[in-house]
Amino acid sequence: MSTRRYVVGKAADLADGEKMAVEVGGRSIAIFNVEGRYYGLLNRCPHRGADLCAGRFLPRVTAAVPGEYHYDTEHTFLVCPWHGWEFDVTTGQSYFDPVGMRGRPYKVDVESGATIAGMQPGPLRAETVSVQVEDDYLVVDLRPQRPQRAQSARTEKQETV
Amino acid sequence: MITPTRPALIEPVVDRAGREALWTGSVIDVDVHAQVPSAETLFPYLAQQWVDWCTERNWKQPQGPLSHYPPNSPRTCRPQWRPADGRTPASDVDLLRRHVLDPWDVDRAILNCYYGIDSIRQPDWHNAMAGAVNDWLIEEWLNKDSRLRASMVLPARDPASMIREIERVGSHPGIVQVLLPVRTDALWGRRMFFPVFEAMAEHGLVAGLHYGGTADGVPSTTGYPSYFIEEYAAEWQAFGSQITSMVAEGLFRVAPDLRVSVLEGGFLWLPAWGWRMNKDWKGLRREVPWLTEPPFDLVRRHFRFSTAPTEAGPTPLLEKAIGWLRSEDLLMFATDYPHAHDDDLAQLLSAMPESMRAKTMAENARSWYRL
Ligand code: FES
Repeated sequence: MSTRRYVVGKAADLADGEKMAVEVGGRSIAIFNVEGRYYGLLNRCPHRGADLCAGRFLPRVTAAVPGEYHYDTEHTFLVCPWHGWEFDVTTGQSYFDPVGMRGRPYKVDVESGATIAGMQPGPLRAETVSVQVEDDYLVVDLRPQRPQRAQSARTEKQETV
Repeated sequence: MITPTRPALIEPVVDRAGREALWTGSVIDVDVHAQVPSAETLFPYLAQQWVDWCTERNWKQPQGPLSHYPPNSPRTCRPQWRPADGRTPASDVDLLRRHVLDPWDVDRAILNCYYGIDSIRQPDWHNAMAGAVNDWLIEEWLNKDSRLRASMVLPARDPASMIREIERVGSHPGIVQVLLPVRTDALWGRRMFFPVFEAMAEHGLVAGLHYGGTADGVPSTTGYPSYFIEEYAAEWQAFGSQITSMVAEGLFRVAPDLRVSVLEGGFLWLPAWGWRMNKDWKGLRREVPWLTEPPFDLVRRHFRFSTAPTEAGPTPLLEKAIGWLRSEDLLMFATDYPHAHDDDLAQLLSAMPESMRAKTMAENARSWYRL
């Protein structure tokens, strides 16, 4: 297991819809529990550096024509607290320029205490007391991820004016 | 083609030699004016009921043009273009030929008549006057010079009447545009006007956002100014508000083929507007989710701007500002006959890349208006 993987907390401590920021490997990482799946983003908005962890999740709203809203509560954007840029927390992509402007995503795994006990540096060390080794822990992987493809239809590079 | 030189041209070009010294390619003039000289001129195009309506009330003309363009202001008419015999400037086709069409050797000129009938409140009279202006334009101008195309006017207060007038004359081959005064009671992007723009798009007409608007409408965004200079120098704000409204309210989703010309509104304020709109759209687009691309991109696709008036400034700065438009397709040459903005066309052309000059002088307008 790479030394770029860090145990940052107990999975049970971050409930669905919750978020937290952790210092790991010299950087602040925002971790989100979105319906039981865990996502990590560099806690620094690519625009001016706001704490993304302070952002809100808001439903994705689109409209083909004025007034006919598609208010999609199934899919949410993380909205930056400073200027409102919207990010897909699963990919880091921004709404307005999915290719050119994105947050930096990190993989967050859930691993059992048995796997990681005693092995990882980081803000949290798996308890060696046997009962707690049974718990699941959140592990941030700081290794660069393979670049993901833009998922939106709006893939063309937007001109920055 | 020659590289325009500076000294030739602060003086307006008023003869063929001057035009050729400045520019030898083709010319399309997207904003020349026809001015209604008197109410009586329109009587042949009005039903008797409305002729009597005008005469019983001793009605001479709409208020708008009088207060917007003070008759003695040097901006209202170039001295060379003011008829010596006291007639209304730009009031007949012979004057236009002598002053612009011949000396400028234009391929096409687009005739705009801002008469100010939108200040008329009686709805049926308003409709009748719009119809009369349009029929007068067709009969007395379009039918007399094949180089002319025209904007039709509309009874601008009532969408249903607007659509009826578009259906009545909008298919005339000489009518290429609808004149929309830039000052209105309600911004043009409001939903109540969507069907009007759809009708324009169906008829292949350009929406021509042009100086003017109701005499009772406030000419600034915050009440009445005290002086003509305030109104004149700040008029671009009304254009900015209308473009912002059309873009933000989703008009181009409803009428994806709509073309809008901005006439007499200037254009060098546009890059700053575009930058601001693009910036704020990134964080505010949730409230206008139908706006799915950077607003300035939308403007580059759906809008064109006449070159008069040009807020030119020193040439090196003008070059930068033109570069900031990030498009060679946005500008269309206009004399704005008979008005006198004193634009230095040589300077404007010299500040453009060579490839942009022919586009600005004719080609952008040719494809925009399908001339
Ligand atoms: S800092 Fe995040 S949108 Fe500006």
